[in-house]
Amino acid sequence: MIKIIDLKKSFQGRDVLDGVNLTIEKGKITVIIGRSGEGKSVLIKHIIGLMKPDSGRILIDGDDMTALRERELNEVRKRFGMLFQGAALFDSMTVAENIGFPLVEHTNLDDEEVLKIVGEKLRRVGLEGVESLMPAQLSGGMKKRVGLARAIVMDPEIVLFDEPTSELDPVMSDSIADLVLETQQALHTTYAVITHDITLAYKIADRIAMLHGGRIIEEGSVEEMKSNENPIVRQFLEGRAQGPLKAY
Amino acid sequence: MIMKFLEAVGRRADGVVNATGSMAIMLGQAVMFAFVPPVKLRNIFKQMSFVGVESVYVVILTGTFTGMVLALQSFNALKRFGAESLVSPTVALSMARELGPVLTGLMVTGRAGSAMATELGTMRLTEQIDALVTMAVNPVRYLVTPRVIAGVTMFPLLTIIADFSGVVGGYVVGVKFLGINSAVYTGRIMDFVTVHDIFYGLKKSLVFGVITATVACFHGFYAKGGAEGVGRAATGSVVMGSILILMSDYLLSSLMTY
Ligand SMILES: Nc1ncnc2c1ncn2[C@@H]1O[C@H](COP(=O)(O)OP(=O)(O)OP(=O)(O)O)[C@@H](O)[C@H]1O
Ligand SMILES: [Mg+2]
Repeated sequence: MIKIIDLKKSFQGRDVLDGVNLTIEKGKITVIIGRSGEGKSVLIKHIIGLMKPDSGRILIDGDDMTALRERELNEVRKRFGMLFQGAALFDSMTVAENIGFPLVEHTNLDDEEVLKIVGEKLRRVGLEGVESLMPAQLSGGMKKRVGLARAIVMDPEIVLFDEPTSELDPVMSDSIADLVLETQQALHTTYAVITHDITLAYKIADRIAMLHGGRIIEEGSVEEMKSNENPIVRQFLEGRAQGPLKAY
Repeated sequence: MIMKFLEAVGRRADGVVNATGSMAIMLGQAVMFAFVPPVKLRNIFKQMSFVGVESVYVVILTGTFTGMVLALQSFNALKRFGAESLVSPTVALSMARELGPVLTGLMVTGRAGSAMATELGTMRLTEQIDALVTMAVNPVRYLVTPRVIAGVTMFPLLTIIADFSGVVGGYVVGVKFLGINSAVYTGRIMDFVTVHDIFYGLKKSLVFGVITATVACFHGFYAKGGAEGVGRAATGSVVMGSILILMSDYLLSSLMTY
């Protein structure tokens, strides 16, 4: 279980996170929604200890990520898989080397076994025969999927996805939704998924939380969010330009 | 007015001191990781090939032309004393003690240092360094250590190549163009140049290798602000690397007595 308590972070005097409280349940899929620039990526980077908060705590099964030392942090990080918004593939490595990287660094598997797992994970994200390509040769959506494969290659307990479907066509998006649901059921993976893709959110979410103005303003199951009366939530979920949220 | 100026100087100095401190810390960590397993040889060899093998061509050209011009200039000067036979020790000593290590350092900083800063800067801005961190891989261990090792090992080797190219370049000009006796040219080198002179230069080049790699990695690691920021990291690393090489060259020359 991940417990975020009163998390605050500002950049150059601008409060991006202004007291975020959120619980991400073990083995559940928590979807975080919110407008562009609200700090969703910043929030997810705090969870894995890439950014240090100005104040507040993040408890991962009781361990406070904000207080751990580098060595201890790395032990916790080995339980995580993360997909960056821009995929963050290593551009000096092939697709196979990218996906196999965590295995090579943290396990004693030989090259053949690594390649076998890489092939399996690639198939899971709907790619085949791209092992020897370089990231520069991939389309945006393919990069995203290679990033997804890398994030899940160690079968992590906790997966953080920053907009997993933002560059995928609807068919591919739906198969990513299936992938998330399958791994969650098979391995009881905990997911924190940032997305603007409301269809995806409705399909996979156990909980949906909306980040707005530096706080989680509403949170609930899909059904609860669908019937939520908050005009901000209504406007966001229905995707309307008119309402309390302004388009500029 | 004066206060403003002093303030600006102070801020600048503060920045330089801070950068030097952070760089020293980064270097300290990189060195530590070089001795703590697991050490990945593959990355080290890759960097050695990039810093060393791929710089050979540039270093040979630099060394040869420097040796040629040294022979020409020293011939014109020494002729006035009837001491043309001392051209070859002049070339060899200048190359071994000063120009070999310094010119190699400057050329390789321009070639490999800027490329390192660009590569690491791009990795920083496209979150590849953050990705390493999330995968529990220390980015200093993974990126900086192999580059520092490559600098320390390859700079002396390149310096030997530069020294040798310089002597050959000097031979071409001195013997072929200016008519010094071939046996005199090689014989005088044997008479005057010792192994100490060569090691003297190699010790310097070792330091220059550390400087180039550390400065380049530091600039790349802390790059910010898009493509322009990567460019700034590259130029910054070349300017700072070159200046530090020249400054430390003086310092080392004054500390090493022979
Ligand atoms: N390293 C940083 N330094 C300074 N400001 C930052 C940094 N990272 C993020 N910000 C600022 O924090 C705010 C939130 O950024 P963030 O990337 O978290 O938005 P987001 O909710 O993920 O948006 P999107 O949906 O567009 O990805 C932005 O205004 C951004 O400028
Ligand atoms: Mg984002």
